[in-house]
Amino acid sequence: MVGITSYGAYVPFFRLGEGTSAWNTRTEKAIANFDEDSITMAVAAAVDCLNGADRKIIDGLYLATTTAPYLEKQGASIVAEAADLRADIFTADFANSLRAGTLALRAAVDAVKAGSAGQVLVTAADLRVPQPRSEFEPVLGDGAAAVTVGKENVVAEIEDSYSITNEILDVWRTAGDTFVRSAEDRFASEKGYLKILPQAVKGLLEKCKLTPQDFAKAVFYAPDARKHREMSVRLGFDPKTQVQDPMFNKLGNTGTAFALMMLVAALEKAEPGDRILFAGYGDGADAFVLKVTEGIKKVENRRGIKGCLGSKKILPDYLTYARWRSLIDIAPPVRRPPLDAPSPSAMYRERNQNIRLYGAKCKNCGYQQYPPQRVCTKCHAKDQFEPVRISDKKAELFTYSLDYLGPTLDPPLVICFINFAGGGRMQSMMTDRVVEEIKIGMPLEMTFRKLHTVGGIHNYYWKCMPVRR
Amino acid sequence: MNGIKDRVAVIGMGCTNFGEHWDKSAEDLMVEAAYEAYEDAGIDPKDIQAAWLGFQYSFGTARGTMLAHALKLDYIPITRVENACCTGTDAFRNACYAVAAGIYDLVLVMGVEKLKDAGVSGLPVSYAPFWGSRVEPPVPAPVQFALAGTRYFHQYGLSYEEGKRTLAKIAVKNHHNGSLNPRAHFQKEITLEQAMNAPIIASPLGLFDCCGVSDGAAAAIITRPELAKSLKKDYILVKGLGLTCGARQAILHDDYDMVHFEETVTAAQKAYQEAGVKNPREEIDLAVVHDCFTITELLIYEDLGFSPRGGAKEDVDSGFFTLEGGLPVNTDGGLKCFGHPIGASGLRMIYEVYKQLQNKAGRRQIKKADIGLTHNLGGHPGHFTCAVAIFGRND
Repeated sequence: MVGITSYGAYVPFFRLGEGTSAWNTRTEKAIANFDEDSITMAVAAAVDCLNGADRKIIDGLYLATTTAPYLEKQGASIVAEAADLRADIFTADFANSLRAGTLALRAAVDAVKAGSAGQVLVTAADLRVPQPRSEFEPVLGDGAAAVTVGKENVVAEIEDSYSITNEILDVWRTAGDTFVRSAEDRFASEKGYLKILPQAVKGLLEKCKLTPQDFAKAVFYAPDARKHREMSVRLGFDPKTQVQDPMFNKLGNTGTAFALMMLVAALEKAEPGDRILFAGYGDGADAFVLKVTEGIKKVENRRGIKGCLGSKKILPDYLTYARWRSLIDIAPPVRRPPLDAPSPSAMYRERNQNIRLYGAKCKNCGYQQYPPQRVCTKCHAKDQFEPVRISDKKAELFTYSLDYLGPTLDPPLVICFINFAGGGRMQSMMTDRVVEEIKIGMPLEMTFRKLHTVGGIHNYYWKCMPVRR
Repeated sequence: MNGIKDRVAVIGMGCTNFGEHWDKSAEDLMVEAAYEAYEDAGIDPKDIQAAWLGFQYSFGTARGTMLAHALKLDYIPITRVENACCTGTDAFRNACYAVAAGIYDLVLVMGVEKLKDAGVSGLPVSYAPFWGSRVEPPVPAPVQFALAGTRYFHQYGLSYEEGKRTLAKIAVKNHHNGSLNPRAHFQKEITLEQAMNAPIIASPLGLFDCCGVSDGAAAAIITRPELAKSLKKDYILVKGLGLTCGARQAILHDDYDMVHFEETVTAAQKAYQEAGVKNPREEIDLAVVHDCFTITELLIYEDLGFSPRGGAKEDVDSGFFTLEGGLPVNTDGGLKCFGHPIGASGLRMIYEVYKQLQNKAGRRQIKKADIGLTHNLGGHPGHFTCAVAIFGRND
């Protein structure tokens, strides 16, 4: 039996919605912070998916996104490193299509079926920037999903799948485009989404000899809420009882991650024996039949869609959002020398401590320290350390300052000292915080973020943030 | 181990006005400080046998030759010293050891900084300068010390308002002292309300909690005491020198309290031991300390043993560190008002102690000035360099 063995998701903390000045629409949607991108969100979803699991069992990692930060350089390798996976694994980016998430899922299923991998982690994330005041702006949201695919401990068997490829310009971007382009809506719908996705579903049902009545839930991509409703009708599912909520007024269309995020939301509520129809769209369509097993009850301690949607902060003003997305260039508070680009060789040398966030535990005195040292800071023993991953350790705020002149797109910059459970201290930046709620002793967790982009280098590192509740 | 006590004499000093010297180069500032020191010592520049030059930013990676060129010191050994905000004091310290060892009879020490040509406010450093991967958080100077401020308020149960008021009193005191000093960068008094209500730079520190960023130079001429006697009546004596470096303990140790700086404690211990100071609160007559921020000065009171742990607020409230108090601190306005040209600051502090011990400090002269202390702190919490120097009259 091949299927999904675990799932996780990530929805950013911030929302545009009622209460955001100059937002001009009643829709609520999730938006990534200024220091997030597809890579960082994929890491967050991956870490959620792997919570409690041995990360060494993962044999492959796929990253699906249309918003990869590098055109030439893999994103999956960064996600794999940050998620602290083994080095002898197969990593690949699935790019350029809103369907890349379901394509990656299908490739993972095939790899496991073929026996080339035991467990494949599929991540999908997107952060598409809609043009201000365009039809896309109220619709597009940011987020990520992750599932593992394997043969053992399956929580939802993937019984079958069916794919169609379809060459059409309905939505697209070229390398230099900041915003999504689209064809005339009637054309795009009739010859694209509303035509092709039903074809894939029909093909799958015929192949499996199933009817819509055989499914507890239908989970499928849609560009917007109206088309999602229309698709329910076209496919023959009862929108009230059978169709997964597409979360258009809470999350938004998260592109490549969208279908998988809806699937995670469906799995969070699924019961053993449920059959789920799952379909993704973009340059064609992929459809899957899933059957939920008893194992679904054992997936616990996931923040998932439910946890993330419940933990949010409405951004007070649209201007802040525009600044985060570089839609408006606001002068820094103070004249400072420009940032220096990081050194690739130093980044390479420090990848374990910076990207895997390894500390070092002294074998002589037991003190856990970050960053790793050659000589123990406590007992002065030389080179007697074992690496300890601290990215998943909880921490506590020891002291902090709000820097109103610091180099950040979201002042004040919160600089703090944090102490880790199990030992060790780190000087850290705090993100996803509500300034008024910061206080000494507050519980914190680590989150993978993009510090800055200088000289064409995206510099990733871990920040702390208040534990999301 | 022989200490430095009474083995080196300061016979001449010079110090420029500190401030924004748009019309003067670093060379100009060095010439002014040196010639004041020559005149004060009554020596011929030709008799200088060696020199130490301290600066951090001013000439990039240039060397002692900058001093040779400015002063036309022909073919003598000049060593450039850089040790962050301790640069000036460390240049002085190294020069003292050469004199005490009997290698040279007459030595010039120069500290200089020309910060205002950098074209930026604050110090001309890029953020996150430490690791090549540039992942370390940008922690400019105000933030480094603000972190201690937040923790200090928490540790000793001060409300934000109480904490801010205590810090404001230090700023008000230093502004008062600066107003009496014609060479200070800022010579204006401020009110408690002004200090407390100033814009926040890095919480809890506001504008008046931060020192000036200035241009300036200061110089000292030193010799051995037996030679000093023939040159100057009121030369002063070096009584103790302490310098220590942190190894990032404040950041690496999860039990480091961040309400004190161990580098100051240990540097002071060394200096007190050399000078034979047992009870600094009673024995030190004045101190010129590294008040880069008001919170730094508050911590220094405790780290130098002037106030008990957690007791600095009480001493601030009682006026203990004012010109009229039991132990005047930063009689010349401190970094806050005299200004802070990094490489020059250590020597500027020695200049103030020198003048006070000679009874030549003008309107800010304190009543009894037999033993004076200077203190510098350079770097970041956990990896500071701290220098403490103690001086005494020769009678």
